[in-house]
Amino acid sequence: MKWGVVRFPGSLDDADALHALGEVLGQDAAMLWHKDEVLGGAECIVLPGGFSYGDYLRCGAIARFSPIMRSVARFAAEGGLVIGICNGFQILCEAHLLPGALMRNRSLAFVCDFVTVRVENAATPFTRAARAGEILRLPIKHGEGCYVAPEEELRAMEERGQVLLRYVDESGAASDAANPNGSMRSIAGVANQGFNVFGLMPHPEHAVEMALGGEDGRRIFASIIAGAASAAPRVSG
Amino acid sequence: MSAAPIALPGEPRVDLAEARAHGLSAEEYAAIERLLGRTPTFTELGVFSVMWSEHCSYKSSRKHLRMLPMSGPNVVGGPGENAGAIDVGDGWVAVFKIESHNHPSYVEPYQGAATGVGGILRDIFTMGARPIASMNSLKFGSFDHPRTRFLVGGVVGGIGGYGNCVGVPTVAGEVMFDAGYNGNILVNAFALGLARREDLQSARARGAGNPVLYVGSATGRDGIHGASLLASAEFDAESESKRPTVQVGDPFTEKLLIEACLEAMKTGAIVAIQDMGAAGLTSSSSEMAGRGGLGIELDLDRVPLREADLTPYEILLSESQERMLIVAERGREAELQAVFAKWDLHALVIGQVTGDGRWRTLHRGRVVADLPVGAISDDAPVYDRPARAPSAIDALAAASESAAETDAPAPAAALRALLGSPNVASKRWVYRQYDSIVRSNTMVGPGSDAAVLRIKDSRRGLALKVDSNPRACAIDPYIGAVAAVCEAARNVACAGARPAGISNCLNYGNPERPEIMWQFIRGVEGLRDAAIALGTPVISGNVSFYNETEGRAIAPTPVIAMVGTFADVRLHLKQYFKIAGDAVVVVRSAAPSYAASEYAALFGAPPRPLAPIDLGRERRLLDGLVECAERRLIRSAHDVSEGGLAVALAEACFNPAGMMGVEVDAGEGGHDGEVLFGEGASTVVISAPIENIEVIHQVFAPLEVRRIGRVTAAARLTIGAAINEDLAALKQIYETALPGRLNRP
Repeated sequence: MKWGVVRFPGSLDDADALHALGEVLGQDAAMLWHKDEVLGGAECIVLPGGFSYGDYLRCGAIARFSPIMRSVARFAAEGGLVIGICNGFQILCEAHLLPGALMRNRSLAFVCDFVTVRVENAATPFTRAARAGEILRLPIKHGEGCYVAPEEELRAMEERGQVLLRYVDESGAASDAANPNGSMRSIAGVANQGFNVFGLMPHPEHAVEMALGGEDGRRIFASIIAGAASAAPRVSG
Repeated sequence: MSAAPIALPGEPRVDLAEARAHGLSAEEYAAIERLLGRTPTFTELGVFSVMWSEHCSYKSSRKHLRMLPMSGPNVVGGPGENAGAIDVGDGWVAVFKIESHNHPSYVEPYQGAATGVGGILRDIFTMGARPIASMNSLKFGSFDHPRTRFLVGGVVGGIGGYGNCVGVPTVAGEVMFDAGYNGNILVNAFALGLARREDLQSARARGAGNPVLYVGSATGRDGIHGASLLASAEFDAESESKRPTVQVGDPFTEKLLIEACLEAMKTGAIVAIQDMGAAGLTSSSSEMAGRGGLGIELDLDRVPLREADLTPYEILLSESQERMLIVAERGREAELQAVFAKWDLHALVIGQVTGDGRWRTLHRGRVVADLPVGAISDDAPVYDRPARAPSAIDALAAASESAAETDAPAPAAALRALLGSPNVASKRWVYRQYDSIVRSNTMVGPGSDAAVLRIKDSRRGLALKVDSNPRACAIDPYIGAVAAVCEAARNVACAGARPAGISNCLNYGNPERPEIMWQFIRGVEGLRDAAIALGTPVISGNVSFYNETEGRAIAPTPVIAMVGTFADVRLHLKQYFKIAGDAVVVVRSAAPSYAASEYAALFGAPPRPLAPIDLGRERRLLDGLVECAERRLIRSAHDVSEGGLAVALAEACFNPAGMMGVEVDAGEGGHDGEVLFGEGASTVVISAPIENIEVIHQVFAPLEVRRIGRVTAAARLTIGAAINEDLAALKQIYETALPGRLNRP
């Protein structure tokens, strides 16, 4: 399957995403430059982690104006798959491709650690390879990952199943102690209403090799790949 | 040849008093007048004051640093470049260096620490190497000191704020708290980069007529005289007023610079490149010209400025961050400029290489400085400062600055107290604030003995650790330095890597005092002897003098960054016990001692000298560890350091993948406190399948190899009848001590 990883100035996990997709998972993945508007025929766009433009203003607030974001928004509107990881999630929120916003962590400190998240909805293009309720161990590393949205919006999102991942403890229970950044309702990842745009603070691309501490991140990518494979006959037929 | 530059309107008159205000001595000022055959202009005086400062010229240390072993079969590139490099196999070289940013971090902890990280990264990528790892060594004052919490928060925040934003993982480090650093903290930053051997860049100008490009951030007023007045003088009550000499970091621009420079290097149009570090534009331009035996001419009107009215003096001495100077091949400027334009960075031709050996700068059409290139760098004074050992009484006093001796606590109580001491306790609160995984190479991150990094597309890998032992150095600066090298090497070997090269940061007091100079010389001698014996060349380093406040110097603190190499990184080890039933074995090259121990600092112990270190036995220990890892004879290895054997055993049980326990037999030499909590000696705790014990004995012979007990599934730490503790409770003490002291969650 064809993937495009967008490199913004200040992107940091762009090379990691490319490595995970291309070298580890054997996908056809290419880097896309933020000043270009072409998506190179990619079937899934990855907005990677990092500090785009230094994040000196709000995180992602400037990156959303990069030329490529016009194409990404059009691609998403046409139902194309877009996944934003960490800074990519922040950019998607700033671009209003996802609801809500990401604020400073409750601790006011950057946090780098492995966390456990629960798959809340396994019937989406990003989670279909997981079981509902499955617990994934993934790394986080961010200073502004506290997810917030208006209460009524959150309620509606929950009803529609847009909350895909929630921080939980190892037994699978959501709790204050298991919430690393103070996110409302312990939300770690959300999808749009069309379920073709997904943002998450944990880094699945940093969890695809046992040699680096775990491979639960494969669930996310395998879901996307499985969707493309099942869609393929329709395209050719 | 142009006429001598003339004074600019409004500039102070240059005389001896003005020279002294610039930190130059009367002799140094006389030497400048002799070299020039005239009085320097005010701008030129500023240039000399930074280039001849201790920080830039190494005038007190240079003579002694020559004794260090800087070559070896694995060393690539000669001295005089920005950082050294070692061959790590499969065509890869590792470039690494450690550098101090002590005074700026005390005055302004966040920016001081942040720009320390930024500066050392530029030293690495200017060599053509992609930075892949950072480490740091931090020394703070005691928690009783009112400034300590503020400094810890600022420094850790600054390292994270910069390092996390440039995408270089911070993979290891050390943190110590001691009242000796109350008025002068230490912040030493290390960076390592990887390059293909043939891609290494030069910092030697070639080709008269080649253009000089200025790249990166615009020049502002920040950091002026950082090198001379801040880094090369003692602290006093006025030091706070030097806050404006601390630079401000912009990690986003640094990230762009890394990518743009590495991309620009691929064009082949770069002849030489150097970052603008201490003394900024002045040092980078004069040093590149000096190495090439050439001259350089700069037009300051073309330098991008943050404020229009900067004087030539300010432009030349600014230490604004995130700037590089490039000598390009004539006619290929546009190729380079296109790359920097892609990354939205300045890349402006501001001068050219000349053949006349002069360092000449123009401003508004007039020559404002015209000096022989050599006068600025090569002709800086070299001092053979007097050195004198302190009297025996002073030495004893220095050695006994531990807590007053109290009744020895029960072993279990001592163990709990040690695990709760900030010097022993988990540093997780610190390293959790650092991105340690970006770039997807970190196989072992912070928390184990050494960090382990893989090299993609290769079986090879690297182990990294930074260590120091100021308490031992306070008792004996020679043995302390040897011990620091051995400990760093042991940590790397415990991961299974062969120690391969050293970068050092030598932190000392005022070298104009003979007893400090003596400490320094003894430290360099110790570093030399240990580096030679262990086969680990010193490929880069930095000296930081004047670490004192109000006349009180820090303990000598040579910080050793050790890099080890793996032939097959998959065979790396961690410190943690893994399998119940494995034998627990102690390998020792000498007997443990309370001298310079954390135990003595907490509970007091009679002052005693340090035992000499047998470097032959040390080498045997390291070779044995590497052999055990490569032959898969052992499952874990952990260095015994702060807190001694009992703490090391507890730490080996704290396996993040599942807590283990350990049962140590009573008897066999007894378990007096010194065996359990003594330090100093070179000891490792390993775990191994019982059937391998015989072979392990042979591998380490003639060292003492003692099987002391076994790994258990039950999470208890039992040592004969002396200690029987629940490890979950010990872990709780170990994990909460530091955040508890900082009053932070």
